Amino acid sequence: MSKVLEIKDVHAKIGEKEILKGLNLDLEPGKVHAIMGPNGAGKSTLSKTIVGHYDVEVREGDILYKGKSILEMEPEERALEGIFLSFQHPVEIPGVNNAYFLRTALNAKRKHEGKEELNAAEFLREMKKHLEMLGMKADMISRSLNEGFSGGEKKRNEILQMLMLEPDVIILDEIDSGLDIDALRAVSEGINMMKDGKRSFLVITHYSRILDYIKPDYIHVLKDGKIIKTAGPELVAHLEEHGYDSIVEEV
Amino acid sequence: MAQEEINKAVSGEYELGFEIDIETDVVPPGLNEDTIRFISKKKEEPEWMLELRLKALKKWEQMTEPTWGKVDYEPIDYQSISYYAAPKTGGPESLDEVDPKILEAYNKLGIPLEEQKQLAGVKVAVDAVVDSVSVKTTYQAELEKHGVIFCSISEAIRDYPELIKKYMFSVVPMTDNFFAALNSAVFTDGTFVYIPKGVRCPMELSTYFRINALNTGQFERTLIVADEGSYVSYNEGCSAPMRDENQLHAAVVELVAMKDAEIKYSTIQNWYPGDEDGKGGIYNFVTKRGICEGENSKISWTQVETGSAITWKYPSCILKGDNSVGEFYSVAVTTLAQQADTGTKMIHLGKNTSSTIISKGISAMKGQNTYRGLVKIGANATGARNYSECDSLLIGDQCGAHTFPYLESKDTQGQVEHEATTSKISDEQLFYLRQRGIDEESAVSMIVHGFCKDVFNQLPMEYAVEAKALLKLTLEGSVG
Repeated sequence: MSKVLEIKDVHAKIGEKEILKGLNLDLEPGKVHAIMGPNGAGKSTLSKTIVGHYDVEVREGDILYKGKSILEMEPEERALEGIFLSFQHPVEIPGVNNAYFLRTALNAKRKHEGKEELNAAEFLREMKKHLEMLGMKADMISRSLNEGFSGGEKKRNEILQMLMLEPDVIILDEIDSGLDIDALRAVSEGINMMKDGKRSFLVITHYSRILDYIKPDYIHVLKDGKIIKTAGPELVAHLEEHGYDSIVEEV
Repeated sequence: MAQEEINKAVSGEYELGFEIDIETDVVPPGLNEDTIRFISKKKEEPEWMLELRLKALKKWEQMTEPTWGKVDYEPIDYQSISYYAAPKTGGPESLDEVDPKILEAYNKLGIPLEEQKQLAGVKVAVDAVVDSVSVKTTYQAELEKHGVIFCSISEAIRDYPELIKKYMFSVVPMTDNFFAALNSAVFTDGTFVYIPKGVRCPMELSTYFRINALNTGQFERTLIVADEGSYVSYNEGCSAPMRDENQLHAAVVELVAMKDAEIKYSTIQNWYPGDEDGKGGIYNFVTKRGICEGENSKISWTQVETGSAITWKYPSCILKGDNSVGEFYSVAVTTLAQQADTGTKMIHLGKNTSSTIISKGISAMKGQNTYRGLVKIGANATGARNYSECDSLLIGDQCGAHTFPYLESKDTQGQVEHEATTSKISDEQLFYLRQRGIDEESAVSMIVHGFCKDVFNQLPMEYAVEAKALLKLTLEGSVG
């Protein structure tokens, strides 16, 4: 069975603190992997490690993407190669037009792939298709990037970027936090649209709620910097009922 | 770790630091009555101008250099500066007489002096000043058809003495401050503009100042008078060679807007900034002031300040006419070891006058950026309004931003609003953009441009493009 992302025995620090302690995880093409775990288990550090955030220092182990190590790659190179992170708290950037930003990002990717850049009209046509589906107001594209957006608007904007950039590995860090039921539906619909049997998803979440909408193929339990159990979707119900303490590390 | 990368990204290269290889007439260093007489004679000035200059010198000799600015520099030895330098060849009469090397240099700077070569396809009249002289003024004949006077200040003193006598020193008095007094004594060239009643100037006017000679200072003087109901948009640019010695630039600009007239004055200041240890660079001590003399007149200053080792500059508006409007839009960048103390004064005298101040300071590396502004509302200025917004952006942790807003109000009903923010280009903002595949240089530039957007929107289109490119160059250039 092929793997699109292989995380091999990764030990990673933020500051002086070791957070990932020998983490192993493989993502399969076309599958939805959910990561669940208690607070402080290292869920967000895992996503930061994959995308190459400055805060994280990898001490040991390796991460292979499509068979090649990415640890030495700059964050933008990883992104151009097709790794996308939907941020838990998307940052506000005043004065930077949302559409201009997204077109710059999309054209950087197209250039990287040897494709023609999209002009403004072509780009807008593409983007409008997605706006409606996500229930986003037309003025969202002319506003400054994430500035003054509500929690739900920020998350929808992340999904809009995902739809436009068409990445191969999609990491969704707490995509469901702070969403009302309508926003959750819209966001899930966007995510489900991206399922094409080839793309892989890593859904990091506290709650099982989002997993009712995005059906996971695998559940991984992350605790104390390691994946301690991997199972099918039936594990969700067990966790809901018995909590993370009921899971004993598989050897 | 991210910080090192950002520092690397903001130590931009100065691309205009070349020297024009021409022979120059330079007066020996020193400042006394003889120097003044020499300059006045070179400029073929009438006696009354010489008298004014000598009077200014006397006043200046009694004045002391101001120390209140938040700028730190070695004392300037005014006797070691040469106060007049001029290219030996070429006169302002025809293009054929301008030294080809100067034409080539101006082309390199992106300022074509041939009238057929227009800037970005738009007609822009240029007065080109090298060191102490104007070497060429374009489109004069075409402007004359509209009654617009556009010439060097030296020509104006000879050809339009009545206008000069009436308006020069009327907005910035000879003894206004130490540097203005110095300029009044030794000013060499600069531009004079007169827009007659009811005329909308048919093209953008501009002056491009180039310091070229060694150990000289540049002391230009510009005067723009917009008569009733007229409109003019004027732009100035500047640059200088890279040298280890500091060079002094002390200019004076005066604007007069009569009833219903509007003057839009834009500056892209790109003097050599010196190196990252603070060696070399231009000392830029400039007095700029406009008076809204008549009702409903408007003066708008827009400045993009990226160069100079030291900048000390407060383009101001005296809002004398009722309902007159003053605006100040500024982007000031200090990187390397640059220091800027800049801002504005809005003096509300007339009724229902309004002013807007938008100041964006960007500091990187060891740059120190100070906003200093005064809003003064006089006793008769009923209904006066001011809105001020001063934002600072810090890139890295060795730089500094400082804000000194002053308010003096004699009218209790005046409406004054002030907002100030200081923010840092955060690692999180940079990372967000990079995670979307945007490289670090472009990411820094995108964040900075977003920060400056409100000011860039005020520049004429072709200059906005230049300003953006310049900002990118100043703050980037060496990542890779």
